[in-house]
Amino acid sequence: MRDFLTSQWGVSVLLAFVVINALLGATAYCIYFERKISAWIQDRCGPNRVGPWGILQPIADGIKFLMKEDIVPNHVDKPLFIFAPAVIFLVAFIGFAAIPWGGQLELDGRLVDIQVTNPDIGLLYILGVGSMSVYGVVLGGWASNNKYSLYGAIRATAQMLSYEIPMGLCILVVVLTMGTLRLEEITLRQTGYWAGWVPQWNVFLHPVAFVTLFITALAESNRTPFDLAEAEQELIGGYHTEYSALKFGMFFLAEYAHMITASAFIAVLFLGGWHLPGVSWTQPEATQWYAVLAKVGVLSAKIILFLFVMMWIRWTLPRFRFDQLMHLAWKGLIPVTLALFLLATGLLFIEHQRSPVWALSGNLLILVAALFTASSSRLRVTGRQTNLPTIMPSDDLVRGDRMEAAL
Amino acid sequence: MIPEADILRIDEPELTASERLYLPQIAEGMKTTLRHLGNSLFKSRFTVQYPEEKRDLRLQNYRGVHRLNRDERGRVACVACYMCSTACPAHCIHIEASESPWPDREKYPAKFDIDELRCIYCGMCEEACPVDAIELTPQFDLVGRTREEMILDKEELLAVFDQTAAMKPRKNPHVTGYAGTGNRSQEPPLALGASAQ
Repeated sequence: MRDFLTSQWGVSVLLAFVVINALLGATAYCIYFERKISAWIQDRCGPNRVGPWGILQPIADGIKFLMKEDIVPNHVDKPLFIFAPAVIFLVAFIGFAAIPWGGQLELDGRLVDIQVTNPDIGLLYILGVGSMSVYGVVLGGWASNNKYSLYGAIRATAQMLSYEIPMGLCILVVVLTMGTLRLEEITLRQTGYWAGWVPQWNVFLHPVAFVTLFITALAESNRTPFDLAEAEQELIGGYHTEYSALKFGMFFLAEYAHMITASAFIAVLFLGGWHLPGVSWTQPEATQWYAVLAKVGVLSAKIILFLFVMMWIRWTLPRFRFDQLMHLAWKGLIPVTLALFLLATGLLFIEHQRSPVWALSGNLLILVAALFTASSSRLRVTGRQTNLPTIMPSDDLVRGDRMEAAL
Repeated sequence: MIPEADILRIDEPELTASERLYLPQIAEGMKTTLRHLGNSLFKSRFTVQYPEEKRDLRLQNYRGVHRLNRDERGRVACVACYMCSTACPAHCIHIEASESPWPDREKYPAKFDIDELRCIYCGMCEEACPVDAIELTPQFDLVGRTREEMILDKEELLAVFDQTAAMKPRKNPHVTGYAGTGNRSQEPPLALGASAQ
């Protein structure tokens, strides 16, 4: 028994159990903090009645979701209607399997990975699972048999397809720089130092790719300003209009689970995962149990930082118009990330892919070029499209004026 | 066709450089929301935690539930002149007058009902009352289980006076000290019921 528990297999099973439960709790508390942060930003108090500071609010919400009547409308495609929230919930929660939570742990003289699974293609696995979440949205919108829900689903599809390209290119930049697809390996290769104290995190090599990946992560997890799929004002909630009770709750939780996955992913790719410079417990050599706990804490802190910024952005920015959304992806982010990709390939060719001077100057060049193009171009990301014909008064309007004059 | 001279053409304002770049404007907006977040966390709050704390109301002119004032002898001050029910835009005051049992006035209200659900709390009744017998109080948390419960009769309105007299004393009590009908204005203002000040 002890032999099993200290093997990689036993640790993985235990970790999977712990992580899935921790995440369910974390998503519930994400909703609480979302409400709190929105309240603070709008000069309100937020939930403060259930328990001290309202911290039991997620439990009350959970009970509410369970007790409410679960309505399945007559006109829906029943199997798909039930399947959709299950899909989105499932894919939102299996992505965590490949996240390296805390390096390695020494158990009975053996080293085990604090990672549910450590496949060679960990990065591709997370990417693939992450893109599958759009299936839940599309199936939900389609099964609802409601034109607004379908609009939401179609918007979600177009948005996901568009933003997956810059996202993939940003990740390719990391892969080219690091030379591996294993997430644990990517973390390990970021634990060195430049000039003795600057950690070799990828964010210091490719800051533009980091920001772009963060923007696309917002779009991929359907967060404001990219939440066109569930625009309350024009689509009445979009793909989840017809859902109620726990099925709606699953869509709701999945969104937050997706945010956490995206945050963990970005933290591992660009911020060195569990690595924190200057702290001996978060170095790869530390394999004691308390070091592992410290590493998990550091990664969680990075995730929480990203979550806070995502919520902060949500309560600051208005939603994009659809043409602006497409402009931003196809005319803004894709050219920039293509340039970054070219830069990373070039650096790899001259074997300077880990040199901060080369990478940073390349990033700066791309940023300046992008800003110059954006500020001088007539076809800009924001504002009105200037290349459309001006709207002239139609014949009907003219006739109406005549009628008015005749009266 | 609208004549060209009547048409005012408005050009869309040109975007400035930072607006075109978009990101500086985002940073600006996020600074604003962060300031609000910090203020709500560490500085003043606007919210009043209602059942535990209550706002200080302006007692003299807050328009809440009505009350029927008592005069200094504890009788209902109303003289059943119907001025309030005439002035009422919501028609929520129902008075039945009867001959006064007291020698200093002719009529008094045998019934005096106010439908608090119809009332719009405009305060016109208080303005109209010649003897300042009807007043609005700062009491705002009136609840009831049925519509009938929300129709306050004379006794209930007098009870509201008893509850609120301490926090909001009756204004101008001198005008209801009736020495005789018709010569009210000749009364010395502070001779009777000097409790107003």
